[in-house]
Amino acid sequence: METNLKIKNDLLLQMYEEMVLCRTLDERIWMLNRQGKAAIMASSQGHEAGQIGSVAALRKGYDQCYIYYRDLAVLLTLGLTPAEIIKGFVAKKGEPLSGARQFPTHGAHPEYGVINLSNVIATHIPQAVGAALTAKMKKEDRVIMAYFGDGASSAGDCHEAMNFAAIHALPVIFFCENNGYAISVPLSKQMAVDNVAARAEGYGMPGIEIDGCDIVEVYETTVEAVARARTGLGPTLIEAKVERYLPHTSDDDDSIYRSSQEIEEAKKRDPLRLLREQLLEGKILDLKEDKYIRENAKETVNRATEEAEDAPYPETVDFFKHVYAE
Amino acid sequence: MAVITVLEAIREAMREEMRNDDRVFIMGEDIGVRGGVFLATEGFLSEFGEERVIDTPLAESSIAGIALGAAMSGLRPIAEIEFADFIWPTINQIVGEAAKVRYGTEGKLNAPLVLRAPQGGGVRGALYHSQSVEAIFAHTPGLKVVTPSTPYDAKGLLKSSIRDDDPVIFLEHKRTYRLVKGEVPDQEYTIPIGKADVKKPGEDISIITYGLMVHHCLEAAQIASSKNISVEVLDLRTVRPLDVESIINTVKKTGKTLIVYEDNQALGIGSEVSALISQHAFEYLDAPVIRLGGPEVPAMPFSPPLENMFMIDTEKISTAIKELAEY
Repeated sequence: METNLKIKNDLLLQMYEEMVLCRTLDERIWMLNRQGKAAIMASSQGHEAGQIGSVAALRKGYDQCYIYYRDLAVLLTLGLTPAEIIKGFVAKKGEPLSGARQFPTHGAHPEYGVINLSNVIATHIPQAVGAALTAKMKKEDRVIMAYFGDGASSAGDCHEAMNFAAIHALPVIFFCENNGYAISVPLSKQMAVDNVAARAEGYGMPGIEIDGCDIVEVYETTVEAVARARTGLGPTLIEAKVERYLPHTSDDDDSIYRSSQEIEEAKKRDPLRLLREQLLEGKILDLKEDKYIRENAKETVNRATEEAEDAPYPETVDFFKHVYAE
Repeated sequence: MAVITVLEAIREAMREEMRNDDRVFIMGEDIGVRGGVFLATEGFLSEFGEERVIDTPLAESSIAGIALGAAMSGLRPIAEIEFADFIWPTINQIVGEAAKVRYGTEGKLNAPLVLRAPQGGGVRGALYHSQSVEAIFAHTPGLKVVTPSTPYDAKGLLKSSIRDDDPVIFLEHKRTYRLVKGEVPDQEYTIPIGKADVKKPGEDISIITYGLMVHHCLEAAQIASSKNISVEVLDLRTVRPLDVESIINTVKKTGKTLIVYEDNQALGIGSEVSALISQHAFEYLDAPVIRLGGPEVPAMPFSPPLENMFMIDTEKISTAIKELAEY
């Protein structure tokens, strides 16, 4: 018991450090946007526990993540550096996912097993199922994560993908980050049921609704789903209820469709504050250590910002490369 | 040299590639127990098993999307769309996604998938079993689009398509399946994607065409030769990439060009071919470049006189040849 608790504490502390770094990075990128340096930003604030808690349950570099545009914390915890990520936002050379051809956070990093091909909602969900089919056919015990928002859960591709994955018991986890809004459209206009997870029964797989701001619950649920997938028992739909307290993107004005009271309510579930309180109360973290972690994150992000801003733009000489095999 | 049909050629190409490479598998509607609605995959389930011959739900977007995911992760899927008319739900996954995999990841990923579909009319298929879909896909850099006309070409090109490292849309004219027979070598061979083929040499008029129309054009060329008009028939075989060199060579040789295609004429493959000719062979032209393509209605109607009005046939081609010869 003592040993287990210690491992858990180490992991919690590690996840906290990752979350502090991600939040610091996220806030910095938002600022770069407001300074006119980053063209667009979809903030991950409020989603971090769902993302970090689930990635912690994976075998990094072996399992694969098909992510969407709000998954900054997934990218960061899988191994991309803050400098590499900021290079994406300022469209500089050396951006590792697409060479700054795509929107920030888009492209692929095969070494980390992360793919974010497109801006078109839900198209990546059948692709994730295809990767799971590959794992099954090659008899590898690889697990594929498909991250998507509540908005994507309405798309036909999401339905088709879940149905196929369940029929063939494929090693894929459908991880829905439900923040209650598809840009401006609230959940009540997206579905007539309360939970995305309820749909799982219709496909013949487990559907689990969890508090996506509680990193322990996210981690433990994902560990179980990963074990199911890895041992050939098939897919799981996890619906993590998260919060989005910034606009959809830096180009959106959420004051048109959300009240400030509602946003203040949402902020009470800030996963970073919740984890911090949990760690302080459990004496896993003290104020001095916390201060160090925060300052360290700020320092890291400062250096990364400088590196990214100083980097050159990509050369146009490569403009025609990689249309077809050469 | 065995004489086989286009359908048999396609079956042989897939069977040989599946035997040669265990990354190759097929998925689609009714392709397993049923062997495909045209029997292109007859016998595959018993030879290769359920893992590599996957009967899918009737959901084309995911057929393409799952094939794309499998391709990006190291397999070589052949996804069959039962009729090309049902291909539109795949546009998002193929035009929107597969075509951009290599470019959008700076070459870190690629999508070696083949999307096969029977297309074309003249089979009483009406609006939703007669469509030609090549132009929609051919517009997109990142894709290759193959439209074979003979068993020899179909087999050699399908094998190349399966081995290709980029997404290939392989469009088989369903009327050629059993109608067109031809010799196919007993030994292994492939045909490179992007190379046109002179199906009949000639001196006076060039016809540039592909798919089923190759056969109508050859018939019309035969009829023309009895009237002392010598017609060259160039089969494009691949509509993306186009074999610009072969197109220009035939135009330089004859100076008069007729482009024949069953798909809707406006903004179609012939429009691009025509523009390439004006740009690269203008000074060799003795007459305007003429297109003979599908009419300005959205699809091919059912009733025989209406269907005939849509379809290009030997008679219509002969009329166009005569007019061009007299110019």
